[in-house]
Amino acid sequence: MEILVCIKQVPGSNKVEVDPVTGVLKRNGADSKMNPYDLYALECGLKLREQYGGRVSVITMGPPQAQAIIKEAYAMGADAGAIVSDRAFGGADVLATAHTLAQGIKKFGKFDIILCGLQTTDGDTAQVGPEVSEQLDIPCVCNVKEIKGVEGDNILVDMEMAQDIEHLKVSFPCLITVQKDIVQPRLPSYLKKKDTENREIVMYTLKDMEDQNKNNYGLNGSATQVQRIFPPTSDKVQVTWDDPADVLAEKIYSTIKSRKLLG
Amino acid sequence: MGKLIVHQDKVTDINAMISICPFNALEEKDGKLEVNAGCKLCQLCVKKGQPGAMEYVEEEVKTVDKSLWNGITVYVDHVNGEIHPVTFELLGKAGELAKKINHPVYAIFIGSDIEKKAEELLHYGVDKVFVVDAPELKDFQMESYTAAFEAFVNEIKPSAILVGATPVGRQLAPRVASRFNTGLTADCTILDIHENTDLVQIRPAFGGNIMAEILTPNSRPQLATVRYKIMDAPERSAEAKGEIVKISVPAEKFKTRTQVLGITHKEKEKSIENADILVVAGRGLKKKEDLELVKELADALGGDIACTRPLAEAGWLNAKHQIGLSGRTVRPKLIITCGVSGAIQFVAGMNNSENIFAINTDPNASIFKVANYAIIGDIYDVIPKLIEQVKQGKGVKA
Repeated sequence: MEILVCIKQVPGSNKVEVDPVTGVLKRNGADSKMNPYDLYALECGLKLREQYGGRVSVITMGPPQAQAIIKEAYAMGADAGAIVSDRAFGGADVLATAHTLAQGIKKFGKFDIILCGLQTTDGDTAQVGPEVSEQLDIPCVCNVKEIKGVEGDNILVDMEMAQDIEHLKVSFPCLITVQKDIVQPRLPSYLKKKDTENREIVMYTLKDMEDQNKNNYGLNGSATQVQRIFPPTSDKVQVTWDDPADVLAEKIYSTIKSRKLLG
Repeated sequence: MGKLIVHQDKVTDINAMISICPFNALEEKDGKLEVNAGCKLCQLCVKKGQPGAMEYVEEEVKTVDKSLWNGITVYVDHVNGEIHPVTFELLGKAGELAKKINHPVYAIFIGSDIEKKAEELLHYGVDKVFVVDAPELKDFQMESYTAAFEAFVNEIKPSAILVGATPVGRQLAPRVASRFNTGLTADCTILDIHENTDLVQIRPAFGGNIMAEILTPNSRPQLATVRYKIMDAPERSAEAKGEIVKISVPAEKFKTRTQVLGITHKEKEKSIENADILVVAGRGLKKKEDLELVKELADALGGDIACTRPLAEAGWLNAKHQIGLSGRTVRPKLIITCGVSGAIQFVAGMNNSENIFAINTDPNASIFKVANYAIIGDIYDVIPKLIEQVKQGKGVKA
């Protein structure tokens, strides 16, 4: 079974602030890490391999430094890795990112199951997975809370909905996004890290892609445009009420009602 | 659309330039400043960098005839025809937006045996409810629902589509957006519209530390998802207005490569960690029996009861209800602490709650330092009155 896990490098912390005077993003350090949600997807891939055999590959899109998370995936047990990286891919929104990743995946190989984390901690959209599935024209199930197993060329999964759980049988090839806590991700192993120190990381740039039209990548291929960024207006309230009990009760109730906090 | 050009002769301080970029996309190579693949073309380096060092060059733009795309559409989120309330909130917003640009308000309802249920939508200011009703659409499957959605978009050509950010909406919207090669903005908290029908989408980025204003200027339809309880639901009008229009789609379009084996209703596992509303009992309570009062308030609000460490240790409540360093960490939308002094160990377990109401008789109680609403009063006086208020409020609503 060929399993592919999509991973992303994200900032180590999302504590960024905008300088209200200059409008410049203030960064707290430049450290980065693998998107925590992707660890669950990778662990699911490794577990499937343990149970049913096959290979686990990882793919990421980002600047060359993002190879660090492929090495991390190797230390957790991934067999092969590829990075999709080109200046032409910069400034990509969800649409262009999904297109680029899908192009990279096509180049990288044929996969039975593509696993993604639910979302990233920097973009928070949870949209790239399903958009990749559309670009590859394969079935997709998001919010998977349990992988029941593989049956022939199908995977059995439980999808979490608001009030229900939908049990689905999905035929290969397919894309699954898994929820946080679906499994407990393993820690990277020092021995594996040593073993895989020199393992190849495939690099794909625009010239490797089937679609050579550069207007479909990066900012040019993006349908959305960020017009501006600004600091959120803080709605933190701090008030003190010292009134008779019935007035207090009335104030509390009308506040929680107007702030839509009632269950 | 465009690209960045570095004018090396204008770069006076490479490191200063590198430090401007929030995405680490500028780097030094052989003494020259270069842009790498991390660039998001935010153009901060153009605006804040050394004058003339970076230039942004516009490139050709693909355009769309926006006048061909009309109507603000809301996707009707439902399970088995039970409409999710986020739908009504979005209809309210859609109405506001549509009015500004003189467009109609549409709803798209996809499912099986839903035509009757669609009538309810006519009480919320919608001009047309488009219904794709087929037995194959009984349960949500991404491929069949996307096919139905596609048929609607092709036939009606809506300018903008608002989708509730529910587990279904969050996976359906991207598949649809990708099919039409168009933009989708997740979890918008503010929506507005320009005269040229461009939807102004504002959402928190970087974990809510920054707000981003996003447009979809050259593609249609424009898609956005919005979470539940962000927009205000309009009042239900007694009179039903608007019409229900059926869209028929050939059944073979609904073929999927997934199969629904069954659906189970989730048993709600109650734990204070995933509660939206918590009422916390502290040592201000005089005896165990008085917990009933706190419990009654929690019930009236539709929330759960929690407590501080002394109460858990005294055995008044199970340790599963204890908040704090030696208990659970909670982050509810609403927390009301009753007679809690606010020891650091307790506060550490709840200070990320969204709205903190603290009731205490002592004006110097340390809980008031973290409280959004510091309420100086006796819980034995305030809580019964509050329960009365909540119950009355609910009575009026029903």
